[in-house]
Amino acid sequence: MLAIRSVTKRFDDGTLAVEEVSAEIKSGEFVALLGPSGCGKSTLLRLLAGLTAPSDGEIVWDAGARPGLGDIGFVFQDATLMPWADAAENVYLPLRLMGQRRAEAKARIDAALAQVGLAEFAESRPKALSGGMKMRVSIARALVSDPGLLLMDEPFAALDEFTRHRLQGDLHRLWRQSGKTVVFVTHSIYEAAFLASRVLVMSPRPGRIAADIAAKIGDGPERRDSAAYLALVGEITQALRGVMAL
Amino acid sequence: MFGAVGLGLWQATVWALGVPPYVLPGPVAIVLAIFQDAGQLVPALFSTLMVAITALLAATGIGVALAVAMAASRLFRAAIQPWAVILQVTPVVAIAPLIILWVDQPFAALVVCATIVAFFPILSNTAAGLAATPPELTDLFQLYGASRAQSLFWLSLPSAVPNFLVGLRISGTLALVGAVVAEFVAGSGGFASGLAYQIIEASYRLEIPRMFAALVLLGLSGIVIYAALGGLERLVLRRRDGA
Ligand SMILES: Nc1ncnc2c1ncn2[C@@H]1O[C@H](COP(=O)(O)OP(=O)(O)O)[C@@H](O)[C@H]1O
Ligand SMILES: [Mg+2]
Repeated sequence: MLAIRSVTKRFDDGTLAVEEVSAEIKSGEFVALLGPSGCGKSTLLRLLAGLTAPSDGEIVWDAGARPGLGDIGFVFQDATLMPWADAAENVYLPLRLMGQRRAEAKARIDAALAQVGLAEFAESRPKALSGGMKMRVSIARALVSDPGLLLMDEPFAALDEFTRHRLQGDLHRLWRQSGKTVVFVTHSIYEAAFLASRVLVMSPRPGRIAADIAAKIGDGPERRDSAAYLALVGEITQALRGVMAL
Repeated sequence: MFGAVGLGLWQATVWALGVPPYVLPGPVAIVLAIFQDAGQLVPALFSTLMVAITALLAATGIGVALAVAMAASRLFRAAIQPWAVILQVTPVVAIAPLIILWVDQPFAALVVCATIVAFFPILSNTAAGLAATPPELTDLFQLYGASRAQSLFWLSLPSAVPNFLVGLRISGTLALVGAVVAEFVAGSGGFASGLAYQIIEASYRLEIPRMFAALVLLGLSGIVIYAALGGLERLVLRRRDGA
């Protein structure tokens, strides 16, 4: 889908957030980006989204894959909903900014809310929703324009363990069914191992890709306690240990 | 409750010590004065409130417009901020005579003075609210190619509403203070309207109960304005964010 070619990001104040990062991401992959905090994971996502430009290097999209408006969905750590708008209006936002009328967009809004299990909460304001439900609205908002690439920046980090497990399961299913490409930032080894088809481990700032691990875990209800999952957790832990010792 | 006890003690002291009403009238004398002099006091109150409310509306328009301009460009910010601060720290008594001289129409002159006193909290609070728009939402608007107008009307302004309402509540009472101060200046120049003029005139004639009556009406108006704007704030936020 895209190739990151020796991308470096230096901010105006001189902070070197990302240095010489190269990686290829194939269509349909679920890439977990794992690393200590401050190593430039969010910066890398913003570079992929085109929200900030690289200081050096480039991001090359496959022929015909260069994203237009609505081809990239973004989910942040906080749900960041607009408190004055109900769930449906929040989900409508991307389509509204892309110039669609509410009536035209209605079917897609309903479908996106149904996809995250919130069909009945279309008219609820964020204040009336739990943390997990707000995150679901946020995911529906990212899905509503049917993007090929979904960028997620520690979306479940602020949720309680139960809610996190459920949302992880739902996200994994959604990825299997939709075939979307996902880049998912996390600093949890277990989350990376459970969700990803591939784990990229980043070194501390300035971030570089320190390890690239393919995941081969069978699907199904035992995913979380299969031997392959535990082996993957071990492998990622080893990689992180190597990085932190540097 | 404490207020009632306080008023009772005040009245009792005045009676017990036989303080003459032209030194310190008791609450009873003041209430009587409000009714006896209603013919002069009520139009005066109305006139002062008109100045304060018009000034508050003007301050809202100017404060919000300047805050938006400051958020939109650094150049505007650099141009506006020093002037806003200078106007804020200049005592209005000092410039009121000039403004009354420059603006022919007395009502307009009073409104200008009161607006100068009142606009700053609206400006600074709205500016703070605009600056505090969540950066992730700003990113999201950028991701979907939002225009500046869309970002302003669909994101920044709605985000700034709570801060704006705080500024509005503070500015509401300041507009009243500004109106009365300007009336004092204008009143000593012979412009006969407003509660300030009632206070000046009553004190010249030693009609101390009427003077206190005017002060009481002024204080009550301040309380009513503050409470009304506080109520408006709660109502708007409840409607905006859902119960
Ligand atoms: N806009 C910015 N200006 C300056 N420095 C920044 C900016 N954004 C992030 N940084 C710095 O870049 C580094 C990487 O940040 P970030 O990508 O947010 O890390 P992570 O998401 O891995 O925790 C940090 O040291 C951070 O302080
Ligand atoms: Mg981050």
